[in-house]
Amino acid sequence: MAEQLFYFLIFPGLLFAAVVGAFLSYYDRKITAWVQFRKGPPLFQPFYDFFKLLLVKETILPKYGSKGVFLAAPIFAVFGATAAGVFILLPLLGIETGFNGDIIVIFYLLTIPSLTYIIGSLASGNPLAAVGGSREMKLILAYELTFLLVLAGIIQKAGMTISLNEIISFQTINGAFAGSISGIILFIVFIFCIQAKLALVPFDMPEAETEINHGIMIEYSGTPYALVKLAKYIMLFILPAFLISLLWGGLNFEGIHILWSVLKILFVVLLLTLIRNTNPRVKIKQALRFFILWMNLLAILAIVLSYFGY
Amino acid sequence: MGFKEHCFKKSLWLFHFAGASCNNCDIEILDCLTPRYDVERFGMLLVGSIRHADVLLVNGSINQRDKSRLLELYEQAPKPILVVAIGACGCTGGIFAEGNTFAGPVDKIIPVDAYIPGCPPKPEAILAGVVKLLNK
Ligand code: SF4
Repeated sequence: MAEQLFYFLIFPGLLFAAVVGAFLSYYDRKITAWVQFRKGPPLFQPFYDFFKLLLVKETILPKYGSKGVFLAAPIFAVFGATAAGVFILLPLLGIETGFNGDIIVIFYLLTIPSLTYIIGSLASGNPLAAVGGSREMKLILAYELTFLLVLAGIIQKAGMTISLNEIISFQTINGAFAGSISGIILFIVFIFCIQAKLALVPFDMPEAETEINHGIMIEYSGTPYALVKLAKYIMLFILPAFLISLLWGGLNFEGIHILWSVLKILFVVLLLTLIRNTNPRVKIKQALRFFILWMNLLAILAIVLSYFGY
Repeated sequence: MGFKEHCFKKSLWLFHFAGASCNNCDIEILDCLTPRYDVERFGMLLVGSIRHADVLLVNGSINQRDKSRLLELYEQAPKPILVVAIGACGCTGGIFAEGNTFAGPVDKIIPVDAYIPGCPPKPEAILAGVVKLLNK
């Protein structure tokens, strides 16, 4: 029991994932600043933001909303993100092997943060938050099938195993999936799914800062918003980690391989940041079309290719 | 300086309220976010929702109609909140001070923590005002 609690709360769960995620968020903002020829924030900026919101700011409850649900939603978001993080990171860091079928569980747990954002935004009783919530809902409908197809492709490539640990060890023996044509296609589709899951720019219409003033987050302030930030930091770390463990051979922490592992994560986050900085926000209709038509077609193509051994 | 205060000063999120301004101050405020001045160096971000704001930037003359909105915004903001009056209009009323819809400079309506005069103030002046606010 104590061991499980340690896994969940400290390493590799809440504390570890949040700290790494916060540094990745700094990295993301710094790269953004460089792309725009600015200097960017100081190193501990995400921590300042988080502690300011947590400790200093007042929490305001919406007058015409459902207060309990409004406050509970961020807690569940952190819980979902952490649980998914534990199941991803335990096999990835080689601490425990996980169990058979854990990628299905991870798939569901990864949806929880987005779902709770929707619930929280609808509970706040703000019309702009409702617009954001409905957009997030449509976005989930769009990318979730694609995400499932990508997982199906990976499961097929790994010889029909649904255990994360076995997929990683399959890649250590036979080489990373990203080295084949179908693997590269799956990698591209997966990157776009992460982009939509994190609500980064081409798919940030639920938050659309300039259009509906942070949409789903509009009513959050103080401690609940700090928890939302925390969930976002964790997601920014575990989604690239999930991608790496499924398609890029996992991480390795022996000697010089540590450097290579860190570079892998930084590279995936760099890709996400560059996509977010070089694209405009699309309309929700375009996003639906992008995922339901093109990305699904690509994913199916990858599955067919991998069936024929490419 | 305590840990809380340090975090607060290192991460001020700005919310921009423009009264009946001539639009010149607005442009100078936005200039502060551009690569040349880049206030993100100090951890500042422009946010779109008053619920996330730590600093309320008010510029332009406040007329009868703006007054209630400014008050409402101030009440909606999570405390602690700092208020900065930007431009001659925000500080004193400037050229609009004699107008018949004018409802008083900002500090008559809500408490103001820093004044940045100028018509419009240069981005450098705005940054200097912000630094003074941080050292207060
Ligand atoms: S202070 Fe001057 S520049 Fe600024 S809004 Fe007033 S008139 Fe315009």
